[in-house]
Amino acid sequence: MMAVVDSARKADESRVRAVTGLRERWSNLPYGWRISVLFAFIIFLYALPGLEIPLITTPDTDFTSVLFLCAVYVLVAVGLNVVIGLAGLLDLGYIGFYAVGAYTVAILGSPNSPVVVQFPWVVCVPIAIAVTMVSGVILGWPTLRLRGDYLAIVTLGFGEIIRVFALNSDITNGNRGITGVPVPSEGSWPEWMDWFPGITAGRPIFSVSNVIGFYWLAITLVFICMLGVRRLERSRVGRSWLAIREDEDAAEVMGVPTFKYKLWAFAIGAALGGLSGALFFSKQTFINAQGFDLFTSILWVAAVVIGGAGNQLGVALGAILLAYLPERFREFADYRLLIFGVALIVMTIFRPQGLLPSRRRKVELEDRAKEGAVGE
Amino acid sequence: MSERNNLLEVDNVTIRFGGVTALDGVDFSVREGEILGLIGPNGAGKTTCFNAVTGVVKPTSGAIRFRGKALVGQQRHKITRLGIARTFQNIRLFPEMTALENVQVGADARHKTSVVGALFRVWRVRVKPEELTEVDAKGGFGRLVQQVRRTGQQVFGLSRHTLEERAAREKATELLKLVGIEHRAGELARSLAYGEQRRLEIARALATEPGLLCLDEPAAGFNPAEKESLLELIRKIRDTGVTVLLIEHDMRLVMGVTDRIVVLEFGKKIAEGTPAEVRENPAVIAAYLGVPTDAA
Repeated sequence: MMAVVDSARKADESRVRAVTGLRERWSNLPYGWRISVLFAFIIFLYALPGLEIPLITTPDTDFTSVLFLCAVYVLVAVGLNVVIGLAGLLDLGYIGFYAVGAYTVAILGSPNSPVVVQFPWVVCVPIAIAVTMVSGVILGWPTLRLRGDYLAIVTLGFGEIIRVFALNSDITNGNRGITGVPVPSEGSWPEWMDWFPGITAGRPIFSVSNVIGFYWLAITLVFICMLGVRRLERSRVGRSWLAIREDEDAAEVMGVPTFKYKLWAFAIGAALGGLSGALFFSKQTFINAQGFDLFTSILWVAAVVIGGAGNQLGVALGAILLAYLPERFREFADYRLLIFGVALIVMTIFRPQGLLPSRRRKVELEDRAKEGAVGE
Repeated sequence: MSERNNLLEVDNVTIRFGGVTALDGVDFSVREGEILGLIGPNGAGKTTCFNAVTGVVKPTSGAIRFRGKALVGQQRHKITRLGIARTFQNIRLFPEMTALENVQVGADARHKTSVVGALFRVWRVRVKPEELTEVDAKGGFGRLVQQVRRTGQQVFGLSRHTLEERAAREKATELLKLVGIEHRAGELARSLAYGEQRRLEIARALATEPGLLCLDEPAAGFNPAEKESLLELIRKIRDTGVTVLLIEHDMRLVMGVTDRIVVLEFGKKIAEGTPAEVRENPAVIAAYLGVPTDAA
């Protein structure tokens, strides 16, 4: 029995080496190569809906819709990663922010909401982000004094409160929900975009039946947000978050205003959650309290942990797996909770750091050392 | 020596935890530029005293002043910014961060960039051409991107964020050199040897640019050779202008390095003076060796 575990450990270690080896090889590439490959990959992602790649495309569902869902989940994971992966705050009610963002856009933008005003999407979304940030701060202010499991319980309660509120309140139309959630733009595809497979000139850019517009918008937002979070990660803010995650008291004594930065982590995480909610439900055009259950919240946490908390690419991978696999293998979709549960257990035993762990730092540093040597 | 200014004043501080009196009316002061030893048997209240100074516990009564400013009731990170740094008796580094990053966290205490500054990089500072991004890619797309970045920096200058990051990195490297572990800069703190971790803690504390450095048993678990080099390090730190408050069990070390010593027993100050005076003090000898029965 021990031998089995041992050999599994060894195999795991060699895998870790393989991954770090790959990463080192990547960072050893010339700057020009890296940036070119990165751009090529981004272009590939934009082109993906038109490529019809066999095996990857989903036979039972519209592939672009699946891609859109993946992008939304990646956005969710990037936000959740700030809270869980970087600042180390276990947030089990993240879906609450997702719901707040989505409902804000629906209430302010739909003609069928109880609120009379009707703003266009581009006005609603910044308001939605602001509202979710504020709700993050409101939730965080009293509760961020709690630690670990206690914080998890409170956030879990927050998620449920939002759901039950949405189910019973008048402003959300209760269980009937709100139809006519605004789309980002009423415009239609211009002539010169006609060449792209799936796009017909004159058809609306954002519609339920053709999601390419939504997908492109979503991945654009994903790139912007990932870049933003990356900037934070590699700054004083990111270091403070890591320090808080590692040892909150020591961080405080070393001059880190821990409460302030925990609040920031909550607010930024909330903003990204709200943005993804707003995005997803403007594609759905309909919102009610059904989609905001606790399980989704927990699955998101699982995706972040499985992907590799603290590493943006890792959590993105986790989110994509979470969104994509049930759609690709429809026959197993009913078992996804089971499969993710088992995956989580297996991961905690054999690879607790996640699929793509966050060990970038060491490599980064060697990079800098090289830069320094060149500079001297 | 007595005409030196008092940097830290601990004024009649009492701390009670429930029924236990950890500190009982303790009075002492640390003078600018000295190394003050705080000694006493186990449970005498040395660490509690440290915790009170650094804001970890709040005194039940009494006052603590640093450069004339009252510390009681201040937030801990603000106390650090006022200029008091400390290490911990049981090492408390950030294990999953590299040694360099650990020190950078300390250096960040003096920096201003926060979320907005790091995200949008709006504060810009003009710099000399040699400080801009180097264009070193061989050619093609990579060179183009670097060229664009450099031009942007020429026009708009560098962000305060970038400059602070550089400064933090330089300062951290320097401090790692000072404590003698610069060759481990890129390693995770958790993978450092015990002695290196102790030294890293000192570097991290120094990075906050303290006026007063509080070392809580820095030599615990060291062998004589390591203790010797730690002594040297503490003196070096004092010579850079940092006042040191030292808790230590090892008498030889304390006697060797301190200018003055304060002795605590059961939460009370029982003696204060130069190492020679303290060594001769009967109360101190009694506290450490016990009072002979025939004398009682």
